[in-house]
Amino acid sequence: MSQEQIDRAFAKDYAAGFTTDIESDTLPPGLTEDTIRFISAKKNEPEWLLEWRLGAFQVWREMAGPDWAHVDYTEVDFQSISYYSQPKSMEDRPKSLDEVDPELLATYEKLGIPLHEQEALAGVAVDVVFDSVSVATTFRAKLAEAGVLFCSISEAVQQYPDLVRKHLGSVVPRKDNFYAALNSAVFSDGSFVYIPKGVRCPMELSTYFRINEANTGQFERTLIIADEGSHVSYLEGCTAPMRDENQLHAAVVELVALDDAEIKYSTVQNWYPGDAEGKGGIYNFVTKRGLAHTNAKISWTQVETGSAVTWKYPSCILRGDNSVGEFYSVALTNNLQQADTGTKMIHLGKNTRSTIISKGISAGKSSNAYRGLVRVGPTAKGARNYTQCDSLLIGDQCAAHTFPYIESKNPSGIIEHEATTSKVSDDQLYLCQQRGLDPEKAVSMIVNGFCKEVFKELPMEFAVEAGKLLEVSLEGSVG
Amino acid sequence: MLSIRDLHAEVEGKNILKGLNLEIREGEVHAIMGPNGSGKSTLGHVLSGRPGYEITQGSVEFLGKDLLELDTEERAHEGLFLAFQYPVEIPGVSNMEFLKASVDAVRESQGASAYDTVGFMRRAREACTAADLDQAFLKRGVNEGFSGGEKKRNELMQMMLLEPRLCILDETDSGLDIDALQVVASGVNAMRSESRSFLLVTHYQRLLDYIEPDFVHVLADGRIIRSGDKSLALELEAKGYSWLDDGEVA
Repeated sequence: MSQEQIDRAFAKDYAAGFTTDIESDTLPPGLTEDTIRFISAKKNEPEWLLEWRLGAFQVWREMAGPDWAHVDYTEVDFQSISYYSQPKSMEDRPKSLDEVDPELLATYEKLGIPLHEQEALAGVAVDVVFDSVSVATTFRAKLAEAGVLFCSISEAVQQYPDLVRKHLGSVVPRKDNFYAALNSAVFSDGSFVYIPKGVRCPMELSTYFRINEANTGQFERTLIIADEGSHVSYLEGCTAPMRDENQLHAAVVELVALDDAEIKYSTVQNWYPGDAEGKGGIYNFVTKRGLAHTNAKISWTQVETGSAVTWKYPSCILRGDNSVGEFYSVALTNNLQQADTGTKMIHLGKNTRSTIISKGISAGKSSNAYRGLVRVGPTAKGARNYTQCDSLLIGDQCAAHTFPYIESKNPSGIIEHEATTSKVSDDQLYLCQQRGLDPEKAVSMIVNGFCKEVFKELPMEFAVEAGKLLEVSLEGSVG
Repeated sequence: MLSIRDLHAEVEGKNILKGLNLEIREGEVHAIMGPNGSGKSTLGHVLSGRPGYEITQGSVEFLGKDLLELDTEERAHEGLFLAFQYPVEIPGVSNMEFLKASVDAVRESQGASAYDTVGFMRRAREACTAADLDQAFLKRGVNEGFSGGEKKRNELMQMMLLEPRLCILDETDSGLDIDALQVVASGVNAMRSESRSFLLVTHYQRLLDYIEPDFVHVLADGRIIRSGDKSLALELEAKGYSWLDDGEVA
């Protein structure tokens, strides 16, 4: 297929999208107001959004990066990053899987990823791009029937400016934290979802089906709005290691669940963790937060196995009475990976409830920290939280830490916290080996068992893949 | 089938086995008895390849292979099974999942095709019934929250499904009430065949009322000091182990 045909295919669905306007060059490294004006102009954004970005930039310049997380990494030089790069043209991409790193292919093989998906993930310039366009088209037609809006945030800015303007930054304000401010100033692209009143989204929404995914870049911005009484399940990421040249990823995800609405957000994150010495891995500094109105429910489920450094706390603000927040997490670190992850449950409404189930697995020389905050505000009469925080150690060179913060300002609140730390015991391994399992298979089985409570929260197709993913991620962790 | 010659083994620098000899032929049932600390359980673990046990001398041949050269899981692939005295829990891993992975691994190593899921589930349910366990146990985590007796019957279920050539039962009778003991014994008796052998490690004669051994050996201080037929067990029961220490052996 020619470049022209592909362009046409894209243009059909993206008449107003930025893909039609890609003649321009990549910006040279550096971040100034002009950079932001350039990005905004490139995307043909309205004035208010440019002002919003510039405001964020002002704030960011006065902030310092967080230093409280239990992670240690070389400081990022923000002036050495390019904040706008045009999508890779087909000529620059690998022509076939033969040109792709064999190690990456071996991993795809182990995960059982079909060939055409391997090509898409590795960025191969073949017909698969066209396939995904047609899949996405069918998919969109079905959603349109239900009145669901699902597109890139750049497109939403053009087509649904009122919705974007009303909710963007309403859950994660620009000045929330250093990386959120940076993201607000320079965000590249991301997803936008709106579920109308009373609608149950007819299918699980997955970034995989959203074309343009390859171009979302390092400053992804996602906004999901579930109107009153609606329901949506959103899947982000993919078990396969993603090819990416950007070292820093600073995404922001905002969820708004209006009265009686429910949002389930599942993530499988497997960015490149670096080699066994920790070189070249991705820094994943993400701000994810949901706002739950009356009787609404927000549920985060995450399986984090990738990245060299992870800094991530998907949180819930339980503003409405009887609203519910959930956080189910599996974070696995191997080799020299570092993760500081957890959640915040902010109880403001009456009879709000939250559940936190966190499973941290450390192998190799890695460091894995759970950091969680449960805050019960003075107005949150009858609030309840249950936290269970389990750590599993493999080998004797890794570390697990737990930092639970509890603030209760209402005497009627009930907060429970349970924590365990265990090791994959020699006796468990011995039992498995005596029954014929090799040590790697045994460890993967034990770890999967440890994570079962979280995996059962994942949508079916993710759950199966997540199990395989842990197995691959743990390779080499037992002698 | 199994030929142990002059076996010496130590754990944490302490000599436990000190020149043990034992010959088990196909289809035979051997019982090893002995006082606490005589090395009975060590023998089972040395044979199955538990880490931390060092062989300082001697040899073990199993079905024509040098057993001591094999990894723990390879010994299982060759058909060696150890029913544990204290089976550990593996939380969150269902019995069914564990059994299937285990049987698949052993069959794969032997070049046999894996059972299809439906066929395997049927076999697992049969084994479950034979071990007098409720079918619900197949869904529960491996040994998770099982009583002592349930754990032992769970071991029996695994043994039935894995169809090993040599079954080592490490004090399987300890902590079992009489009903559970009969279940385990009838399971073992049903598995007896011309090509399958058993090594029963036990402290008490009681088990041997239900599983009739071909040979009984007395282990003391890391060596077999006496061998005989089942009447030796009865004699031990009547006279106690001190009878041997004080008597003809000393």
